[in-house]
Amino acid sequence: MAGPKRHHGPGAPRGGYAKPQDLRKTLARTVRYIVDRPLLLIAALVCVVASALLGVAATYMQKPIFDLLTQALADGRAQLPELAAACLRLALLYLCAAACSYAQANLMAQLAQKGCNRLRRDLFDKLQELPLSYFDAHTHGELMSRFTNDADNVQTALEQSVIQLISSVVTFVGVVSMMIALSPLLFLCSLAMLGCVTAVFTMFGKRSRKYFARQQGALGAVNGNIQEMIEGLKVVKAFNHEEQAKARFQALNEEYRSAASQAGFYSSAIMPIASNLTNVGYAVTAVLGAALAMSTGVNTGFTLGSLVIYLNYNRQVTQPVNQISMQMNAMLSAMAGAERIFAVIDAQPEVDRGKVTLVPVDKDANGSLSKFSGQGRPRSWAWKVPRDCGLVLVPVSVGPDEQLLELGQADEEDGTLKLLPPGQDSKSGLWVRLEEDGSLTPLSLEEMAGHGWAWKYPGPDGQMGLHLIRGAVRNVPGEESCYTELRGAVRLSQVDFSYVEGKPVLKQMSVYADPGQKIAFVGSTGAGKTTVTNLINRFYEIQGGLITCDGIDVRDIQKDSLRLSQGAVLQDTHLFTGTVMDNIRYGRLDASDEECVRAAKTANADGFIRRLPEGYQTHITGDGSNLSQGQRQLLAIARAAVKDPPILVLDEATSSIDTRTEQYIQRGMDTLMEGRTVFVIAHRLSTVRNADCIVVIEHGEIMEKGSHAQLMEEKGRYYQLYTGQFELE
Amino acid sequence: MLRRIASYLKGYERFAAASPLLVVLETGCELAIPLLMARIINQGIYGESLPAILQSGGLMVLVALIATFAGGAAAKCATSAAQGLGANLRRAEFDKIASFSFADIDRFSSSSLITRMTNDVTNIQNTAMICLRILIRALTMLIASVVLTLTISPRLALIVLAVLPVMLAALAGLMKLCMPLFEKMQKALDHLNETVQEDLIAVRVVKSYVREDREREKFMDANDGFTAAGLRAVLRMVAMQPIMMICMASATVLALYFGGNMVLGLELDVGYLQTVLGYIMQILMSIMFVGMAILQYTRAQASIHRVFEVLDAQSAITDGGEARLPAPRGQVEFRDVSFRYQTEGAGEDVLKHIDLTVEPGQFVAIVGGTGTGKSSLVNLIPRFYDVHRGQVLVDGLDVRDYPLDDLRGRIGMVLQNNVLFSGTIRENLLWGNENATEEELVQAAKDAQAYDFIMSFPDGFDTSLDQGGVNVSGGQKQRLCIARAMVRRPAVLILDDSTSAVDSTTESRIRESFRENLKGTSVIIIAQRISSVQHADKIVVLDEGTVAGVGTHDELMAANHIYREIYDSQQEGGDEHGGT
Repeated sequence: MAGPKRHHGPGAPRGGYAKPQDLRKTLARTVRYIVDRPLLLIAALVCVVASALLGVAATYMQKPIFDLLTQALADGRAQLPELAAACLRLALLYLCAAACSYAQANLMAQLAQKGCNRLRRDLFDKLQELPLSYFDAHTHGELMSRFTNDADNVQTALEQSVIQLISSVVTFVGVVSMMIALSPLLFLCSLAMLGCVTAVFTMFGKRSRKYFARQQGALGAVNGNIQEMIEGLKVVKAFNHEEQAKARFQALNEEYRSAASQAGFYSSAIMPIASNLTNVGYAVTAVLGAALAMSTGVNTGFTLGSLVIYLNYNRQVTQPVNQISMQMNAMLSAMAGAERIFAVIDAQPEVDRGKVTLVPVDKDANGSLSKFSGQGRPRSWAWKVPRDCGLVLVPVSVGPDEQLLELGQADEEDGTLKLLPPGQDSKSGLWVRLEEDGSLTPLSLEEMAGHGWAWKYPGPDGQMGLHLIRGAVRNVPGEESCYTELRGAVRLSQVDFSYVEGKPVLKQMSVYADPGQKIAFVGSTGAGKTTVTNLINRFYEIQGGLITCDGIDVRDIQKDSLRLSQGAVLQDTHLFTGTVMDNIRYGRLDASDEECVRAAKTANADGFIRRLPEGYQTHITGDGSNLSQGQRQLLAIARAAVKDPPILVLDEATSSIDTRTEQYIQRGMDTLMEGRTVFVIAHRLSTVRNADCIVVIEHGEIMEKGSHAQLMEEKGRYYQLYTGQFELE
Repeated sequence: MLRRIASYLKGYERFAAASPLLVVLETGCELAIPLLMARIINQGIYGESLPAILQSGGLMVLVALIATFAGGAAAKCATSAAQGLGANLRRAEFDKIASFSFADIDRFSSSSLITRMTNDVTNIQNTAMICLRILIRALTMLIASVVLTLTISPRLALIVLAVLPVMLAALAGLMKLCMPLFEKMQKALDHLNETVQEDLIAVRVVKSYVREDREREKFMDANDGFTAAGLRAVLRMVAMQPIMMICMASATVLALYFGGNMVLGLELDVGYLQTVLGYIMQILMSIMFVGMAILQYTRAQASIHRVFEVLDAQSAITDGGEARLPAPRGQVEFRDVSFRYQTEGAGEDVLKHIDLTVEPGQFVAIVGGTGTGKSSLVNLIPRFYDVHRGQVLVDGLDVRDYPLDDLRGRIGMVLQNNVLFSGTIRENLLWGNENATEEELVQAAKDAQAYDFIMSFPDGFDTSLDQGGVNVSGGQKQRLCIARAMVRRPAVLILDDSTSAVDSTTESRIRESFRENLKGTSVIIIAQRISSVQHADKIVVLDEGTVAGVGTHDELMAANHIYREIYDSQQEGGDEHGGT
């Protein structure tokens, strides 16, 4: 088929001879993708069989013509009308065959293309649901090749191999039956020939596979060398190393050439040798058949016409054999690909049993929450907690060291302070002061000190735990859910985590961040800084301990809601195809142009964006390769700014920006960080200096924790790092 | 273009020449078989002569055996020729790329160069194979069959001549109608792959912004677009199929009818009717193969073009021819240097009117923000790029007058994006100077503060580095690169921001060993940290491609506001406290 060639990456294995592990299961499952329109499929299959049989029949239809001619010559009288009729019948047969073959090709193309469309869609849908740990364990190249090589092979197999296989089997059976019917004796001769050809096929195939493996190895070495040398070309030149590089390449190149020449010989010689051997068999059969035809016509009924079409069949019979062996290989490698695709589709998706969701609310001057009016952009957000999800809202008193004590009904009145009993009005769930005139005034947060609400639920150890809520609460009986304000308090308590079992990355890690606090992580590469931020947004599941957001176990929060409450500027920035504006708006899809520009100004990105050829409408391609690393970083910051989340993670967000430029951005960053809970990871210690709490992590454990001043005082690891006595690696 | 491609068959010409001859022999033998069959029918069956049957049959077996060997040998020759061609092309490309200037590398981009050496060459190789075997076979078949048919029966040949144009027209139409559709399909496929790739690369961003649904939509569009484009192309292809089949069928039926008439009129032997039928099939099949080969060649043209583009690239930077070279002292001078990356069109000057001298043995530091031209400046010294205006002189001679080997031999360069190669640490260090002794290697490693960690590996200097040197940390890699440059004992040592991952204490030790062990060597260092540069003999502040200030740390602190700003920006951090 003349379809476009897919690009194989350098050194990518060509699928070659891989076999699926469970052929039957995979085949059945693949076929399911094309049986959704059974009538079409049945029609296609009928056409396949019909066109194969018609092909066999068309050859047979030449027999009467030759017999007629022989007869006429023997009788010495012309039989023109009969000849014409026979030719007409043949023509009709060919016409039917053409129609059938067109119909099957057309139908199968549609079925296969649409089936593969759904296969790819299922695959991509699944990719969106997989946890990050899956992407850690599988490279991009590997997952890409599910879409390119594997899906492509499946499509070709469905479009062509299936048909060819069925049609070849039908043809083979048809031709062999006709041959036996025409002359069992000659067929024995043909069978011997067929045996020879098959033997040659097997022998060459075996050699070809052996040398092919060597060729692939050599190809990998050549391509690896090309890649390494071209990517390091500037160093090669800086060290005048061109000649050595050329010599090394030439050696590998020559090795590959010789391996490929050998492998190529076996794979390319197989066809001419087999087909010419068939001709040897043809010759032998022709002699035998001629002898038969000469001596008879009389008693065996083996006429000249029989000989002619027998020889035609004889020529045809190797064709389906070749096809079957070729298409079987194609099918097997396609099914191996399908199996790999299904392995992805069957992979365990991200666990998400959370029932708590993030919803927009209105918050009045008293701090009481009511349902979002739907007017304009929501200003406040709240966690909506269904009453049946295992979390219980309880009033508490807050002792020193944040000791929480659950209050019974009797305790709800505490001097002049009173917890308003749950009722239908909007002030439900507020702590109020009982004024002398008997009216109730809601308490401000400061006045509330010592009293509040907490979530009560069992922790990882099964013990009931109380988790203080630091925002407004709406707890109206009769409503199916209660609401607590989204504030961005994040707590990690004794968290254990490992990416790979047995290799702990975090051990008993506890970090508390109150709303609006800035927490900085400092430590070597691989110490676990980025890991902490990956757990807060639940990219990974922890093995022990508890992580809460506004007092709620993050596992009880729906993943999408949890992630919407957080913004991240990551170590590697990634931009998407589209305009600069689109990329900023990625943070919040309903943001207006003005909001995006404002966000860009916050991040100090406005200046360079305006200098781009088309400003905000400049098109970004190839992950933003036309922008500098620093500029991409600024866009990522703007993207986070437009999202406007209460919790912000900055993972080496300014690492690619020089210190002087960073100073300018710092102002934008400060604006961005204001009023948010921020987690900062930075290599450059100047960026973390003003954090409320600096956490020094080493080997997954907290070494020190405290403010800059405290830690400098302690003269520990942070002091060493800060004074340049210790290398961060 | 073909002649030029053929010139890369050097060393494999015999194979390239033998292959077509063998294919012609094979094809000739194959064509003889129907003729011999006709003899069997005419003289044997109708003539009722068993010896005639045996004689012709024996001849047939012989001819088929010859064809078997010819076919096998042709395959061998064609494969050898095609693989040889591929190897020669890759070698020529590699040699050419090795002579590229940095500007050429930038212009082509690494990934494109890799494709041109891998996929494109493979494409050409496959096409050569197809041309050498399938095309020649098909053409021989076509011509011989037409001639044979004409000799047997000119009247039957007329049928072929009538069907032929229809088939040719259909084929041409097929290509013309289908090619653009396949191009569109390829584009849709590229788009689909890009969409997936983008999603995979940015999976963290997608997840943290909860944009899975948007990604799904994007993918659905791309996926449906690809399916629609694919279906259109394939269905049009499929629609052409019955036309071909009907052409072949009508040729056969017509030949049978008219041939049958001729047999009845005793103008033709029955045996020859069978032969002619065989030839007609061959002719029509050959046409299809010729069409296929042409299609393949058209596709390969793009690859050929891309490969030649590399081979034809004129490296802007060539050896100078000065016979008398000055002794290496380590003096570098910039005289009114302006530089731009794009020499044609509306390029912007990256460096403007730079005047600067580095005296032998001096320690000179260059500071400035990102994109102010620091790297561009030092890249001009080993002539990685040529100046746009002005002059760069090393030891008093214009760099353009040096042989490149000699010029670069004087300079040790540690690049910003530095690379270690697969092989052992020793092999990597020997890049600096192949003839370095063990003591020199150890000394360089110690000077670069790399010795201790090298010896901490079980295999010491014989520790193997993965491709790209990934099993050492960033700071260790930088120190190995510095050691590699120091093995060279260069007159000028250039470090382009290459201690960024090294802690300041270690860095200051490296600087200390420069001072002690590289007394005669001029050192030019680009750095972000003030602590790395403040002890330099001379600090150059670059701003937007111009020299904004030159002097010692104290002078610049007093007089240069940019330098002071950089200094201040680092004061909040602890870098300034670097242990000196």
